[in-house]
Amino acid sequence: MKSLALLATLVTGALLLYGTADFAAWGDPQSPPNRNISVHYVEQAVKETHVPNIVTAVLGDYRGYDTMFELVVIYSAGMAVMGILRRREDQ
Amino acid sequence: MRISVQEARDRIPHHDIILETTVRLMVPFIQLYGLYVIVHGHYSPGGGFQGGVILGASVILFALAFGLPASQEYLSEGTNILMANAGALIFTGIAVLCALLGGMFLDYSALVKILPIDPISWRSHGIFLVEVGVGMGVMMIMISIYWDMASAGHLDEGLHMASASQTDKVL
Amino acid sequence: MEDIAAHIMAKYNYWIYVVLMMIGFYAMIGKRNLVKKLLGMNIFQTSIILFFISTGAKKGGSIPILDKYAALQGAVDVNQVVNPLPHVLMLTAIVVGVSVTGVALAVMQRIYRKYGTLEEDEILLKIENE
Repeated sequence: MKSLALLATLVTGALLLYGTADFAAWGDPQSPPNRNISVHYVEQAVKETHVPNIVTAVLGDYRGYDTMFELVVIYSAGMAVMGILRRREDQ
Repeated sequence: MRISVQEARDRIPHHDIILETTVRLMVPFIQLYGLYVIVHGHYSPGGGFQGGVILGASVILFALAFGLPASQEYLSEGTNILMANAGALIFTGIAVLCALLGGMFLDYSALVKILPIDPISWRSHGIFLVEVGVGMGVMMIMISIYWDMASAGHLDEGLHMASASQTDKVL
Repeated sequence: MEDIAAHIMAKYNYWIYVVLMMIGFYAMIGKRNLVKKLLGMNIFQTSIILFFISTGAKKGGSIPILDKYAALQGAVDVNQVVNPLPHVLMLTAIVVGVSVTGVALAVMQRIYRKYGTLEEDEILLKIENE
């Protein structure tokens, strides 16, 4: 069982390492993730929201819907822990 | 089975004066720092999640040093639940308010109908209001998770192994 | 041969994340203790967070907090500011990870309360014997 797990891990790792051949080099400003929407964020976020911290601007404004449900996720987690663990006074 | 604060304090093996004094001195400063991280999130690394976790950690530190019932005198269970709900409601409430005032959902510039300032400034202030809601929610949920986990759901001192005796009954 | 060495040196960060991911993945599927499985999941998650953050890195780039008045006049060089988008996404991922860890620990405490153990095979035995 353990050797099977080790085999699965090694195969997955080898596949992923093979996949890294197509990735952009580290720190390349022209890599695909750095060329698309983030250019708009860096250039326009301060003009559009007056927030110098771009991470906060994206988190609170451009991706506000995402952040709202992030708060809902952590709220649900708290309620779930309460429901799983908390006992009534007589228990 | 709840126990009183006095009983809980007696149950702590020994009072450590260095620990208690240090925590009593540090907790207000940790909370001030947490508030700073939330409020200054527009200009420095920080924001609702980070500041909320720091604020929650201050109460968790208090609970570690003085015992869980003492921390519940400091911040009652009712306030905890109420503020967790209020935090989530501030965020969703502002989002719905924007939609009701004629903008898009979560488009803070629609809030200009409440207070006529520059719509772009409103987007900045809207982010701030939302971050306060996030901070409240995260702080209270962190404290609540700690309380439940440290005391196995009893919300008392948590030093006893209530679960072990129950396990014997089951098996 | 030198090509391969240069190739690896340009992307050695991905190799570190893959090794971290393998450690976490092995802990998740190879270990029988539930707490160790959870630790493995957290290591796995860390490797993915590091991977996303590193995709946003730029050589010589500074933090994504700008000078407000310079930025309002459009004096921003995109190549000098790291990509803020992975940071935002991973902030979300960290918070979700904390929630998942909390719920998982609560479920484990509940399992321990019922079965008195966190070893997978012992729990299965006890379920069969009920």
